[in-house]
Amino acid sequence: MLRGTFVRFLGFAFSLALLLLVSKGAAYIKDYYVSVIVTCGIYVILAVSLNLINGITGQFSIGHAGFYAVGAYVGASWSLLALPRIADTPLLKIGTPVGDTINVIIAIILGAGAAALAGFVVGIPSLRLRGDYLAIVTLGFGEVIRVIFLNMDAVGAARGLTGIPSIVSNHDMSIFWVYGVAILVIMLSKNLIGSVRGLSFLAVREDEIAADAMGVNTTRVKVTAFVLGSAFAGAAGSLYAHFATGISPDVFDMNTSIIITTMVVLGGTGSITGSVLAAIMLTALPEWLRFLQDYRMVIFSTTLIVMMLTRPQGIFGHREISFASFKRRKRAVIGGGEAP
Amino acid sequence: MSPSLLQVENVTKRFGGLAAVSGLNINIQEGELVGLIGPNGAGKTTAFNLLTGVYDPSEGNIVFDGNSINPLKPYQVTKLGMARTFQNIRLFKELTSLENVKIACNLRSKSGLFAAIFRTPSMIENDREIEQKSLDLLAALNLSHVASNRAGDLAYGLQRRLEIARALATQPKLLLLDEPAAGMNPQEKQELRELIQDIRTRFNVTIMLIEHDMKVVMGLCERIYVLDYGQIIAEGSPEDIRSNPKVIAAYLGQEEAE
Repeated sequence: MLRGTFVRFLGFAFSLALLLLVSKGAAYIKDYYVSVIVTCGIYVILAVSLNLINGITGQFSIGHAGFYAVGAYVGASWSLLALPRIADTPLLKIGTPVGDTINVIIAIILGAGAAALAGFVVGIPSLRLRGDYLAIVTLGFGEVIRVIFLNMDAVGAARGLTGIPSIVSNHDMSIFWVYGVAILVIMLSKNLIGSVRGLSFLAVREDEIAADAMGVNTTRVKVTAFVLGSAFAGAAGSLYAHFATGISPDVFDMNTSIIITTMVVLGGTGSITGSVLAAIMLTALPEWLRFLQDYRMVIFSTTLIVMMLTRPQGIFGHREISFASFKRRKRAVIGGGEAP
Repeated sequence: MSPSLLQVENVTKRFGGLAAVSGLNINIQEGELVGLIGPNGAGKTTAFNLLTGVYDPSEGNIVFDGNSINPLKPYQVTKLGMARTFQNIRLFKELTSLENVKIACNLRSKSGLFAAIFRTPSMIENDREIEQKSLDLLAALNLSHVASNRAGDLAYGLQRRLEIARALATQPKLLLLDEPAAGMNPQEKQELRELIQDIRTRFNVTIMLIEHDMKVVMGLCERIYVLDYGQIIAEGSPEDIRSNPKVIAAYLGQEEAE
């Protein structure tokens, strides 16, 4: 039992070390590629977090950019507005490795916490609404958040916030932080759906009335899904703010929400692996297609349409790819008899 | 006399102006096997929904195992020890049979969300226990061979049986079965009767069932309530019910002209 936990921890530490190495390597590749790689990572976090709400718990939310925005603004506000006032504190000095590390962690936690709170507030209407009605409410929420920031002078209104200290990209740490958080988010989500408690989230998706009758507190499950998913999106927002060093309300518009939703659907609702793959694909594909110039978005949209026509259940459907699934397959082959 | 497990006192449920159930009185002792019958639209399923907390009664009081369940939500009623199956099977179709049972089993575990996302050793231990319990339960209901099949892919009779397994996984004191024999052939009905008898003794559970099939009801139940137009029109042993003129009238219609 303890060994499993230890192996997991070791795996996580190992991936972080590997990431650190890759991050250092980023100094030798063009800034453009670093930026694409980091953007992919941020969208991986966003897609996996929305998958928790949409795919796993079955609450069709399409306003995810709202939570992303809350995280970005709160994280940026901390670094831009609060941090300079206490910058003399030895451990928080910007530009020093220790100070930057602590500041990033604080910024991520604050962004995630604020977004979690927003998720809690949006989770409440989700108790009464389902399907397309819930979708409209969440879409509206995303827009409300954007418009609030658009009219808030304290955070720069339409100009947004600029000059955010690049505590993430200094020391070539951007890839490390973004993918570190991405791995953590993927791991926590996988742990959840791999547990019996996590099955109750799937039960709510499958049949709410039956879940209720089997003793699942559906209210709590739905709010939890919203809070967790939003917290992860908030972390992504905070990372984005510190990577881009400038944010404005139009970054978090409906298009962003729609793209994240598309990633979840394209990857196969409920499949974490699918969300990760689709996020990378949908971020990288428009970049690869740049040589097509004016036809870029036409080809991009056509690709999406063809994919949805040929595989309506998404790339992975409900399935996951993991080492465990390979092991299972092997065991099934050895076991012989039973059909899957 | 021992205190009743379930006591329904003068319960009425109105939808708008229509009283789907009115003045319902039901009394079930521990260990009984009780049937609830009645023509289509008599209010049987409404009665079940009242008992399990899906509907709140407009009037009256329902006491289960010493607790009033009027203000409780369905999941809380289930926690108190009342589990049900559904007339039109409601399994978690995309999940496996084993997962269906595990979800219901989880009700009696203390493992929290935090433990789940960080995979603490105590949670892994807890999950392993639940897995074992669920496998045992599937074995007890002869469902071991389909443990890893998608619930939605199972044959109809097996789906019904899996629903009973899932309900039993919540460790109920009272099991409510809503038309368990619906859509079954005579062979399957015979198996179902044996299954219900078997469950009753093996799991030491009180059972109340709604059923249309007279052969099943008369053969199984010790006591039967007959519901018509939302009211109990008769109560008694199968023999009493079979010869009760009111019941015959409700099922076959009145003989004399208006």
